[in-house]
Amino acid sequence: MFQPSITQHQLLNTVKLGIKSLLLHKLRSGLTMLGMIFGVCSVIAMLAIGEGASYEAQERIKRLGSTNIIINSVKPPEAQDNNSGSQSFGIEYGLTYDDAARLQFTIPNVATVLPMRIIRENVTFGRNQEPSQVIGTLPSYPSMRGMELVAGRFLSMIDQKHQRNVCVLTLGLAQRLFPYQSPLESTVRVQDVYYQVVGIIRETGTAEQRPQMGEMEGEPLDNNIYIPLSTAKSRFGETLIRRNAGSFSAETVELHQIIVKMSSTQAVVNAERQINSLLKRFHNKIDFELIVPLQLLREAEATKRMFNIVLGSIAAISLLVGGIGIMNIMLATVTERTREIGVRRALGAKKKDIVTQFLIETVVLSIGGGLIGVFLGVLVPLLVSASTDMVTIITPWSVGLAFGISGLTGIAFGIYPASQAAELDPIEALRHE
Amino acid sequence: MLAPNKTIIDIRNIEKVFQVGEIEVRALRGVDLAIEEGSYVAIMGPSGSGKSTMLNILGCLDRPTSGTYLLGGEDVSKMDDDTLSAVRGKRLGFIFQSYNLIAQLTVIENIQVPLIYQGINLKEYEQKCIDLAELVGLSERLDHRPTQLSGGQQQRVAIARSLVNDPLMILADEPTGNLDSKTGVEVLELIDKLNSEGKTIVMVTHDEDIAHRADRVIRMKDGRIDVDENRRQSP
Ligand SMILES: Nc1ncnc2c1ncn2[C@@H]1O[C@H](COP(=O)(O)OP(=O)(O)O)[C@@H](O)[C@H]1O
Ligand SMILES: [Mg+2]
Repeated sequence: MFQPSITQHQLLNTVKLGIKSLLLHKLRSGLTMLGMIFGVCSVIAMLAIGEGASYEAQERIKRLGSTNIIINSVKPPEAQDNNSGSQSFGIEYGLTYDDAARLQFTIPNVATVLPMRIIRENVTFGRNQEPSQVIGTLPSYPSMRGMELVAGRFLSMIDQKHQRNVCVLTLGLAQRLFPYQSPLESTVRVQDVYYQVVGIIRETGTAEQRPQMGEMEGEPLDNNIYIPLSTAKSRFGETLIRRNAGSFSAETVELHQIIVKMSSTQAVVNAERQINSLLKRFHNKIDFELIVPLQLLREAEATKRMFNIVLGSIAAISLLVGGIGIMNIMLATVTERTREIGVRRALGAKKKDIVTQFLIETVVLSIGGGLIGVFLGVLVPLLVSASTDMVTIITPWSVGLAFGISGLTGIAFGIYPASQAAELDPIEALRHE
Repeated sequence: MLAPNKTIIDIRNIEKVFQVGEIEVRALRGVDLAIEEGSYVAIMGPSGSGKSTMLNILGCLDRPTSGTYLLGGEDVSKMDDDTLSAVRGKRLGFIFQSYNLIAQLTVIENIQVPLIYQGINLKEYEQKCIDLAELVGLSERLDHRPTQLSGGQQQRVAIARSLVNDPLMILADEPTGNLDSKTGVEVLELIDKLNSEGKTIVMVTHDEDIAHRADRVIRMKDGRIDVDENRRQSP
């Protein structure tokens, strides 16, 4: 290829000249840049939105705990059929205290097993009433779910042992029930039992108040009231009676959820199989489901990779189209400016000077488009974040990538028109009309 | 008492053959020519006689098929494209029939163009370019674009441009061909003035009156020099 032995002055002059030539046809240059602008803008904006969405999904999954395996009680399908057919029915399903004990003692590498009861009920303080989830659980809950104390304390073994009527609220619920005072030492009512508030917890790492997370493979974390498991068992019993339109059904569930914390992430994959077969041995119907956050995380990562590949292809195509547009215009420009090329050659321009001139013009066009594209590509995600709940993350590498590609496209698609220009015979070019 | 002038162009037996398909077109068939520094040469001749071909070779835009061409003592007949470009940029000035200014550049920038390709810092030559614009009477219009100038004014910018690199010789191809007679005369007077100040001029023309301004007229015919008349009065 040609060796760029031109001086700094010459380069500066050539860049200035390129800009001048482009400004001579403002509309045409602008339209030509559009391809590049949209290409670069869409790459950055789409990556930012995708990155934000996957970050959110991954955070949600991580909050479930990457060493945890979550087992939920699920009403078996045949029981649901029976339910709709007859007047009244008592069904019994789901996880049991025995399951929890068996998991603790038979599965290798188990760190902790956390049994839970989850009941949807209203919580009342004075005139404030909030629909929430009453969760009967053990003192190890916060550490297993990545929760931290805001005030007071969490439930203790003594609360559990004595079936005390104490509770801990999540920060959101506390703020809604107690807008004007500290909830600590106050009592809230669930059904007709009063519980003393001993603590407030929130998700770890949410210093600012973040919009409430959607429900994801578990309970929404911001609307919970925690009471000792033993208290839950004695206050609510194990049978839930539902009345609707004259018929009623009774459901007996010992435990709604068991979280098994493994000693390491490596242990999670084997444990999933072992837990599944252990539970199947003691349950004659499928009345439970396993959720493995680590697996979900991997799936989310795979999805993100896929998304990035699709995005990369779209970006490549749009930049290709933009590049072809630029090449097209530059070929037209070369034809149009054949005489100018001849004049410059007569006045001392070497072939490589002509190549440089047109290459720089193409690069100015594509980098100009790239810069505007970067600006818009950064602006769009900011606007999206500001006007919706969507999280967007602009990664520096995506800006660098999009901008770099725009420059490279300029060079790649500029070489052909520029060499066409340089190869013109000066005499022919001077004679050109 | 004229001092013997230095020969700046020394052409020996130059031929130029164009291959058009099967046919060979012999545009120049053995031309010998010497031009001294400071002379004013007009090239005339019927259409197809080889004037343009001659001027292109003189201007280092084309190479002869055979023969030698010494420009300022340097053999340029076998130089490669890049070297020829450098020779054009450093040693030659061009004036074209259709002015050939660059549309996107101003008057002053057009005058600077030959300097750009020599990697010169234009700042250092700014005053020189302004002086040249003044010489051709356009110092008031430095920032005008070619489209804002009349034909005569454009041609005067082209003359200033041809001088910016202090060339050995200025080549002009019918410089007044596109001008009305009055502005044509103005441009010719400017060229006369350059010659009287010592510039070597080689000009192709069809017009006997214009040729009479030169001190030597070369008439070409069928690729050869037919008549070479020296009109300068010997002392
Ligand atoms: N590039 C070319 N290819 C083929 N033939 C050419 C070319 N240039 C000039 N000729 C031929 O060479 C001869 C001289 O042409 P030219 O120098 O243009 O004459 P003039 O300028 O005196 O009219 C003509 O016969 C012309 O057809
Ligand atoms: Mg001709």
